Amino acid sequence: MHPLLTPEIGKRLLLLGNEAIVRGALEAGLGFATCYPGTPSSEIGDNFFRIAAESDLYFEYSTNEKVALETAAGAAVSGIRTMCSMKHVGLNVAADPLMTLAYVGVRAGMVVITADDPSMFSSQNEQDNRLYARLSGLPMLEPTSAQEAKDMTKAAFEISEALELPVLLRTTTRLSHYRGMVTMEELRPSKTRGAFEKDSARFVTVPANARVRHKVLVDQGEKAREMACQSPFNTITGEGPGGIVTSAMAYDYVADAVMDLGLADKVKMLKLGFTHPFPQDLALGFIRSVERILVVEELEPILEESLKVVAQTHGLSTPIAGKGADLFSRLYEYNPGMVRATIAKYFGVDYTPPKAIDIREAEEPIQLPLRPPNLCAGCPHRASYYAVNSVLKETGTEAVFPSDIGCYTLGILPPLQTADFLVCMGSSVTSAAGISRATGKKVIAFIGDSTFFHSGITGLVNAVHNQHNFILVILDNGTTAMTGHQPHPGVEIAPQGWEKPSISIEAIVRACGVEQVSVVNPINLTKMKNAVKEALASDRLSVIVAKAPCPLYERKVKGTKKKRAFEVGPECNTDCTECVDTFGCPALFKNPAADAKTTMIIDERLCIGCGVCIQICKKIRPKKV
Amino acid sequence: MSDHRICFIGVGGQGTLLATMVLAEAAISAGHNVLASEVHGMAQRGGVVESSVMMGNIKSPIISDGEADVLLGFEPVETYRAMGKCSHDSIVVSNTVPVMPFSVAIGKGAYPDIDKLFSFIQPRVKTLITLDARALAEEAGAALSANVVMVGALAGSGALPIPKEAFEETIRTKTKAQFAEVNLKAFQLGFGAL
Repeated sequence: MHPLLTPEIGKRLLLLGNEAIVRGALEAGLGFATCYPGTPSSEIGDNFFRIAAESDLYFEYSTNEKVALETAAGAAVSGIRTMCSMKHVGLNVAADPLMTLAYVGVRAGMVVITADDPSMFSSQNEQDNRLYARLSGLPMLEPTSAQEAKDMTKAAFEISEALELPVLLRTTTRLSHYRGMVTMEELRPSKTRGAFEKDSARFVTVPANARVRHKVLVDQGEKAREMACQSPFNTITGEGPGGIVTSAMAYDYVADAVMDLGLADKVKMLKLGFTHPFPQDLALGFIRSVERILVVEELEPILEESLKVVAQTHGLSTPIAGKGADLFSRLYEYNPGMVRATIAKYFGVDYTPPKAIDIREAEEPIQLPLRPPNLCAGCPHRASYYAVNSVLKETGTEAVFPSDIGCYTLGILPPLQTADFLVCMGSSVTSAAGISRATGKKVIAFIGDSTFFHSGITGLVNAVHNQHNFILVILDNGTTAMTGHQPHPGVEIAPQGWEKPSISIEAIVRACGVEQVSVVNPINLTKMKNAVKEALASDRLSVIVAKAPCPLYERKVKGTKKKRAFEVGPECNTDCTECVDTFGCPALFKNPAADAKTTMIIDERLCIGCGVCIQICKKIRPKKV
Repeated sequence: MSDHRICFIGVGGQGTLLATMVLAEAAISAGHNVLASEVHGMAQRGGVVESSVMMGNIKSPIISDGEADVLLGFEPVETYRAMGKCSHDSIVVSNTVPVMPFSVAIGKGAYPDIDKLFSFIQPRVKTLITLDARALAEEAGAALSANVVMVGALAGSGALPIPKEAFEETIRTKTKAQFAEVNLKAFQLGFGAL
């Protein structure tokens, strides 16, 4: 049994924030869940995927966040409790349906998880998705702990049904990926079959209906604001002339700092969990009860500005501070030490931070080698990139490389350096069109298979129709590798219990109107290079589907063992370093041994036996057993 | 009950997250309130992996500079690079076996003298314990158990109020059954390595 299905009430488990959200949804009787995977939200969908296999829950990995949200909305308006999870930038993709779903609302509880990523541990930006609550007019909850993640998820379904609106639940990487103790409560049986009761005046947003529905949304927003003022997730604690307002993970750093600095009887704290609509009356009472206020919130000054609006509206001049040169930054994740130091400074408390060891104090500076992540040994993307680079070198061609989001973005690093432009999912295909049109130069764009399904197809149709001229390489490793090997519509090697039709990328590409299409296994360098040569020689848009499974995924699903072992021959004793300078497999590197007999050496523990390196250098050969 | 902040630092593939879980679960079974934190994403791609466990009355799941009570370093350069988490009150337990960064492997950087790394750390922290976790893991029967050797060394250091039995019980019940025996042996060898 999946551990999150435990029926033991009162049991305490050490759960990831994301797992706590899953349990909360199950305790709320979730019947339908969708997602597109994206760090830090992925474990939510991954747990639903496994739970759906042993319960009545319906779950799907949708092709993108817009699809996921609309699919979930369809279930929610049919009376099924629904959850849709995504990372923060995923909500950009789903923003279009979200804005108008807010107008029509839902009939059963619908909770949308947005997992933000302050500090950009694995994202292209650190946008603050609390602004989506304001933009859409929807309620937002923000947990401060794993326990609260579960409690708030359950409450979010109730709030959603009371208001007939979807509710946003926002996490950050830290909340999603830390583990805290969570107490299990009763699981509620899922309702998985609903009915769609027609009401076109509500659900069909032609302008005449939309005008009516916008007013409904604004009115519901005021009800939500009253709920926020009464919410058990919005609390005032402590006593004193100083005030702190905080939310989300910043609350934890504040709570520890107040204890550490002995401020419990000097500072009063307003902790906000139901953050949108802003609980103005609660805030007004708080502002009136203190002499000055420090707002501690990661990223944008949203609570700070909301407090200032309340103060101004009521003619209060209570100092309210948050972001500023001497205070908090709009950038990056916070941490307990910086929050403690800033609170001490603001409230004039003596505080000496612990003296951290500074390695720059070494008498003799020690140069530390960098340790950037790298494409794995045997990764077929490396072979594709190598083939492209070699053909360009052989033909003396220069090219621009728009890239996309996935493991293959690591191609940015030396020695491959095959990423020149990237802004979001799908931007490889479309920016390639613009760059090639504007420069008249060769453009070779790279996109992964899951990303192609997510948002590459419309760009490709556009490129064919508008007669753009570039090469698109679809790096098809048969899985959504970067986020943990989730399946996508094109999977051929499927996880156990996966009985869904596979949709051919090649057929889609041809149906988009691309005439020059080749499908090659990039592990065969000659074939891959020939495909690149043909594409370069063409004066039309061409697509190469470089198809070879992710070796980690293949090993996980099929138990594929190492294919062959290779070794470097004794003739590798010159100062030639071409293999590491152009290919850069982590299993093949300069021999560090003092008495090295060969310049290079293969690490047999890392090598998976893909055999690409023997096509690059004759000095590498199969190992005799 | 006193508070403890334990920082884990290693390289993708070294099993630092399993080690984090073993400590967290052992601390829970010993009656402590526990938080743990992990950064996911690049774990399988050779990057640096950092995680942490908090014991006691702490709400924040991350460790600020100078605030680690214990640093468990799985790789010498990464132990050194993470020294900013430590102060002169910290206990540092580090593996001595390097994992070559790819930049070094392709000749774009040199791996520093490991003795120099540790001789910088030694006088600046409360205690430095170093051990060859790979050799002990191989002795236990599987090089992959080096992470459990490290947990054993942490337990053996006496830095944390968790009885040895709590770790052993966790290893027995929470790590994969087919590796439990090797892991228990690895833990024992780490425990006695000091």
